[in-house]
Amino acid sequence: MTDLLTVENLRTYYQTPQGYLKAVDGVSFTLEKGEILGLVGESACGKTTVALSTVRLLPPAAQVMGGRILLHGEDLLSKTENEMRHVRWKKVSIIFQGALNSLNPVLPVKEQIAEAILAHDNFNEEEVNSGIDRLFKAVRLDPGRTKNYPHEFSGGMKQRVMIAMALACNPDIVIADEPTTALDVIVQRQILDLIRHLRDELQISMILITHDLSVVAQLCDKVAIMYAGKIVEFGDIFSIFENPKHPYTQALLRSIPKMEAPKTQLTYIPGSVPDLTGEVPACRFYGRCKFGQPICAQVEPKIEETGPGSYVSCHFWRDIEPR
Amino acid sequence: MSNETLSLESESGYSRTRTYLKALSGFWRVYRRSKMGMIGLCMLIFFVLVAIVAPYVSPYDPNEVSVSDILQPPSWNHLFGTNEAGQDLFSQILYGTRTSLAVGFAASFIAATIGTAIGMTAGYFGRLIRDLLMRLTDFFLVIPSLVLMIVLASVLGSGLTSVILAIGLVGWTGTARVVMSQTLSLKEHAFIEASRASGAGDFYILRSHLLPNVMPVVFAQTVLVVANSILYEATLTFLGLGNPNQVTWGQILQFAFISGAITTSWWYVIPPGLSIMLVVLAFSLTGYSLDEVFNPRVRKI
Amino acid sequence: MVKLAYFARKIAGLLVTVFLVLTFNFYLFRILPGNPFTLLFRGAGLSAEAMRGLNAQFGLDKPLWLQYLIYLRNTASGSLGISYQTRAPVLGLVIPSVINTLILLSVASAISMVAGILIGVFAAWRRGTKIDVSASAITLVLYSMPTFWLGLVLMFAGVIYFRLPVSGMSTITGAAGGIFAQLIDLMRHMILPLLTLVLGLTGQYVLVMKGALLDVFTEDYMITARAKGISNRKLLWDHGLRNAVLPMMTLVALNVGLSIGGAVQTETVFSWPGMGLLIYRAILARDYPVLQGAFLIVTIAVIFANFVADMLYPLLDPRVT
Repeated sequence: MTDLLTVENLRTYYQTPQGYLKAVDGVSFTLEKGEILGLVGESACGKTTVALSTVRLLPPAAQVMGGRILLHGEDLLSKTENEMRHVRWKKVSIIFQGALNSLNPVLPVKEQIAEAILAHDNFNEEEVNSGIDRLFKAVRLDPGRTKNYPHEFSGGMKQRVMIAMALACNPDIVIADEPTTALDVIVQRQILDLIRHLRDELQISMILITHDLSVVAQLCDKVAIMYAGKIVEFGDIFSIFENPKHPYTQALLRSIPKMEAPKTQLTYIPGSVPDLTGEVPACRFYGRCKFGQPICAQVEPKIEETGPGSYVSCHFWRDIEPR
Repeated sequence: MSNETLSLESESGYSRTRTYLKALSGFWRVYRRSKMGMIGLCMLIFFVLVAIVAPYVSPYDPNEVSVSDILQPPSWNHLFGTNEAGQDLFSQILYGTRTSLAVGFAASFIAATIGTAIGMTAGYFGRLIRDLLMRLTDFFLVIPSLVLMIVLASVLGSGLTSVILAIGLVGWTGTARVVMSQTLSLKEHAFIEASRASGAGDFYILRSHLLPNVMPVVFAQTVLVVANSILYEATLTFLGLGNPNQVTWGQILQFAFISGAITTSWWYVIPPGLSIMLVVLAFSLTGYSLDEVFNPRVRKI
Repeated sequence: MVKLAYFARKIAGLLVTVFLVLTFNFYLFRILPGNPFTLLFRGAGLSAEAMRGLNAQFGLDKPLWLQYLIYLRNTASGSLGISYQTRAPVLGLVIPSVINTLILLSVASAISMVAGILIGVFAAWRRGTKIDVSASAITLVLYSMPTFWLGLVLMFAGVIYFRLPVSGMSTITGAAGGIFAQLIDLMRHMILPLLTLVLGLTGQYVLVMKGALLDVFTEDYMITARAKGISNRKLLWDHGLRNAVLPMMTLVALNVGLSIGGAVQTETVFSWPGMGLLIYRAILARDYPVLQGAFLIVTIAVIFANFVADMLYPLLDPRVT
């Protein structure tokens, strides 16, 4: 077991006029080499904040309040800005969501990828060019188009460019933040196939951030379910899908309509995510949870191991019937 | 959506006034938050007051010539000194406040009227008219404003009326643009469609629905137009296009320049220009703050 | 190849606008109430015969539409009429004036642009600090003063404290002394008018640069760029500025018109022998042919500057077709 990345008790808060918004409030998980970890949750549950905290690219209003992020044993949170610049992209790269505007519109894509490469390594022009050609081929793009501008590519192709760029420095970890959300279903499928293909070929270690469980099912080895700034369940993909322990996970899985099952009314989770600037119940899911008891509002559930490598944070997980 | 728009149709006169007053007090509350805006407003009120009380406060008749007191530096007798004809500059500046402000307001009124008319027409009617009017606006934008005003003012014969006309006929473009975009967005609102469905004619809709809702934006824009108009008036009178018999701050500076007193008499140069600067600053600060009030997107909070 | 359509459209636009300006220019000066000569010769008395002679000489006795066609023909062949005052051809007066104004304005614009960009970048990068706030405050104050007054104040200070020349382009007696001395003389004469113009123009550039850069900072591709671990300098120049110059370019084009206004005021104050001074003297003497010619040239110059900016824009922004 080689833990590539260990996130320990990460807390990142945003400064707002109403006080601190506890976007990420004690998040811990691990990523092993060659593994794809899915980070799943609703919008605004803190997934992107976790990603940005890892590479220390938070907006000025946000601040890491505590915790450690260990990459190869070194705590990224204690590095200086200069040191982080060497970590970024070379060790950890990010594929952002909505590639619509994630590429500089006035530079040819070749220059943007070359810039990433040359920021970390000294290659000569020929090496850089052939490297970019290879990257393009790897993401199934025509290498003749490296000199084009971003607006000359379609949405799906731009995303491939982003993927190519993310792989340019051979990073240890690639964080993909909702890589397919902005794309239509057909293109989504192509991108997912591509990611799977790259995973098989290159053994990338990846954190895949998404709200779409079907994407997780296709690609991930392990899953971390996030809710309102906390991880409520963690485990390998089969345990999570076949034997979810946390009420939230169960509700999420239940809300996916199935193609083959008889038609039933669509279920959803009533209520909404708590306002993270004010008073929050000790278990964030309290109020929407079918099994909620007064103790859930007052005492934060501990993280308990339910099986090898599986964890859940709930007072009553033992008593809850599997779905 | 309909929080910002006032549909005046079905309300009685009394409730209409109440709606207006409530909206106004809401605007005032937001405006008050802006420190710069409040400072600007206070300066504005100060100058308007000066303009009003000028004849009563002025120690001398500004036109009163005195051969013995030529180009005197400031003293208790003459607070701002005298010019080359022995006239008291303090009195001239006081009276100049009236004229300069009056010209600024008059020119802006013309510019606002033209701009609103063109803007609403361009925004309301079809693509062809809009394109045509936009081309017209762009045409006026591309011609250097000051030069056009100079030409207009001199062609219309010198004097303050020509100056007012020149500024008004050239300075409407900003208002037209703003009004056009506002009209375009308002046009899509449901109450316009409803009005048309109930048989209202175009002119009626323009006058009773669009105009009241466009006025706040026009108001904010016009304050800035006044600032510019005062600057242009000063420049045009300085260049000799005004009326030598009517005192404005620019006119004072023109005499200072022509008489060669610039390099010798600082009191002839500084106070008039400072007054211009302060008034323009006042209008600018107020105008920018008003912009924040009426256009929430611009607000910094 | 696709860009060709863009160019063609812009050139067509240019020609149409120039034609409109010519027509506008012609009819503008026909608003004149009364006969120009009665204005010129008021007091001296003009006999009816002399009036007829003058009218014939200046072509004012022909029907309006004919005058318009003659005007178009004359302008096309480079003749802009004859000055009422000096009887010299207007074109001959305009050309040296244009050159002098160009000298002053181009240097002033260059300095203002560079200063504006640098200060604007600094204000955006260090947003909210004292430097940013004071830069904005100073800009607002400068914007509120009439350019000519700024010139007058500088003239005052220049004479009293610095012994700088405040009139004209060169010292009349300074013709001797070789090219180097003449150059120094020119520069000494240029300092005050240049300073006046620069102070007026820079503020605008600062505001737009800062606004544009702040907007760019919020774009997604800035986060991507930072995530790549590139240096701060590359971040600012290749990503930030490279995109922020686009709205700047648009402003520069618009600003040419405003800077002409500033030039007119500055040249009047400092008697700099350019288009501004020409216009000022024409106003005083009611010399309408000169005014008309000057207006035409100045307007066409601005239109042309806009056109050049339009042509350069696609070079900076690859998205334009």
